[in-house]
Amino acid sequence: MIRPDAPVLLEIRDLHARVEAKEILKGVNLTIRAGEVHAVMGRNGSGKSTLSKVLAGHPAYTVTGGTVHYRGENLLELDPEQRARIGVFLGFQYPVEIPGVSNLEFLRVATNARRAQKGEEELDTFAFEDLVRDRLKVVQMDPAFLDRSVNEGFSGGEKKRNEILQMALLDPLVAILDETDSGLDIDALRIVAGGVNQLATPDNATLLITHYQRLLDAITPDYVHVMAAGRILRTGGKELALELEERGYDWVDQELAALAGEVA
Amino acid sequence: MTASLSAPTSRTAWLERWLSQLPAPSGPLAAVQERGREALAQQPVPSSRQEEWRFTDLSLLQDLPLAQAAAAPSGGAMSSEAGVLRLQLDGRTDPLAGVELPAGLQVLSDSELAQGLGHTLAATGCEHHWPVELNHASAGRVLALRLASRSKLKLELHSTAQSGLLPLRLLLILEEKAELELCQKIVAQGSGLISLVLEAHLARSARLQHGLVASGQADAALLAHLAIEQEPESHLALSSVTVGWGLARLEPRLVQVDGQASSTLRGLQLVGGRQIADTHSHVSFAGPEGQLDQLHKAVAAGHGRSVFNGAVQVPRAAQRTNAAQLSRNLLLSDRARIDTKPELEIVADDVKCAHGATVSSLQTDELFYLQSRGIDSDQAAGLLKRAFCEEVLRDLPPAARAWCPIEQWQLEDA
Ligand SMILES: Nc1ncnc2c1ncn2[C@@H]1O[C@H](COP(=O)(O)OP(=O)(O)OP(=O)(O)O)[C@@H](O)[C@H]1O
Ligand SMILES: [Mg+2]
Repeated sequence: MIRPDAPVLLEIRDLHARVEAKEILKGVNLTIRAGEVHAVMGRNGSGKSTLSKVLAGHPAYTVTGGTVHYRGENLLELDPEQRARIGVFLGFQYPVEIPGVSNLEFLRVATNARRAQKGEEELDTFAFEDLVRDRLKVVQMDPAFLDRSVNEGFSGGEKKRNEILQMALLDPLVAILDETDSGLDIDALRIVAGGVNQLATPDNATLLITHYQRLLDAITPDYVHVMAAGRILRTGGKELALELEERGYDWVDQELAALAGEVA
Repeated sequence: MTASLSAPTSRTAWLERWLSQLPAPSGPLAAVQERGREALAQQPVPSSRQEEWRFTDLSLLQDLPLAQAAAAPSGGAMSSEAGVLRLQLDGRTDPLAGVELPAGLQVLSDSELAQGLGHTLAATGCEHHWPVELNHASAGRVLALRLASRSKLKLELHSTAQSGLLPLRLLLILEEKAELELCQKIVAQGSGLISLVLEAHLARSARLQHGLVASGQADAALLAHLAIEQEPESHLALSSVTVGWGLARLEPRLVQVDGQASSTLRGLQLVGGRQIADTHSHVSFAGPEGQLDQLHKAVAAGHGRSVFNGAVQVPRAAQRTNAAQLSRNLLLSDRARIDTKPELEIVADDVKCAHGATVSSLQTDELFYLQSRGIDSDQAAGLLKRAFCEEVLRDLPPAARAWCPIEQWQLEDA
């Protein structure tokens, strides 16, 4: 839902970042207001996951220029855990398996860290179990997954559901979902998309990274951005995604070449 | 530290001093004491020049108070709740005084003791090891028990050392089909040395589950030999945890006398500061179709040093042995050091023997995943460390598991 007067949640300006010596983000600009759903599309390797990890604070990426403000606060100077606590959530493209750490305990510790930030009281094991059972319904997940180690041996689709379960517990203001649709079967896609829609409110915002229209059929974006070579090359409405589905990304090369020509 | 290592005279001076102040041999172990003292007077203190002690420096011992510790205030039985016999071992007082032994449990007679003591040490080839001789020289008591055929017992042994030397000696005979769950807790609260020698003989189809939890401190040392003889169809599950010792050397020594038995070994050692933990395990299959499942884990922080050497002997007689050994190590500092080595001697041809070793640090991606959910980096590291240890801790008997408050174990970073 686009409301020009809605508060800005995330403001990215001319963001540059590198991993080791390789520059990957080359000037990303993006403004996200409360209530909006943004989709970022683009070829493999164009920098979508890099953008999401930079926003979440992954230590392997170094910001070399630009700014990111979250509700007016400089996001880039915060530790990853602080970013999460104040409401920035990253749904991983490849959720990490952590053998030996119980999923239930992990979810509880994470939920309490976020609650403490919001000034809410800590949930003990019993209170948390009630909450988690309720939130499991959002993604129709089997409670048996709570007793396992974090993501260990989960199928691709199960991992993605576990990501959305975490989102449902952490109640973020900006959720960045990196290819949450990949690996989901048809029913699971519908369930997960339904969950994301259910969690969307006029006060929060979602940034969906995806390759496919089918997710955007289920979650209607307000904006669609095309990323190429480390920046956002074009922005449009939901019809841009339909156009991409038809035309593919060949036109990207021409625009990039034109851009390179301008610079030269 | 290094200076004293290279000067052999000062290296043995402390030992001579210690030997000379020992009380005259007495009691049921007088003969053993005498032999142990003679052996120590002859045998050099192990040094890094010996392969078996290459990484483990015993120089800490020369600075420890080694006078025999005064008897702890509370000796004897602690309590004996339903199905659990709980004893206090202080090396001095009779742990069985005033205790009514549960059905099936007997104290070995003097003649049985004379026959049995040292048998398993010899069978596992460690009767002349220096730490064993040290125990021989000093231990004045032995807790020697027999569990009758088909009996079941849960036994807890508690030893707390304030300071000085605490020698502990145990001999356990499990008759056919006897089942013993032994939870042993050793705590050093002051500077000193705890010397443990345990011998256990498992008759056919007997089962022993032994959980040893030993927590020390930077100026305390633990030297332990756990020698176990297994007859066919017997089961051994030995899990040990050492944490906090300036020096801990653990030698589990197993022999399956006719094969056909199963042995599960679990070890966890944690070091920080300038601590050393060393496990030298030795498993030998003297007959066919034996099984071994061994997992050894270590966590090393600060300048800590962890050593694991896992010897497995599979001679020609041990066809169809199935042995698996894994050493997994978590390195938390680039100043810590881990040395791990399997030592497989396989002569039989029809066997399955797998072994592996890994050394890793905390995984950036695992840490980041936890942090990205609002968990701060220290807590995330704590969760990952605990997860690493859990694989060993979960195999401890429940009572012993409760002695491992892993959240409270601080590994010194310096
Ligand atoms: N840690 C890293 N080390 C080296 N190269 C990296 C690293 N992370 C990302 N890259 C490179 O940066 C580029 C952008 O990767 P990124 O994962 O952001 O792409 P993406 O747009 O998410 O692609 P996909 O659609 O395949 O998920 C790629 O060329 C990738 O190989
Ligand atoms: Mg990606």
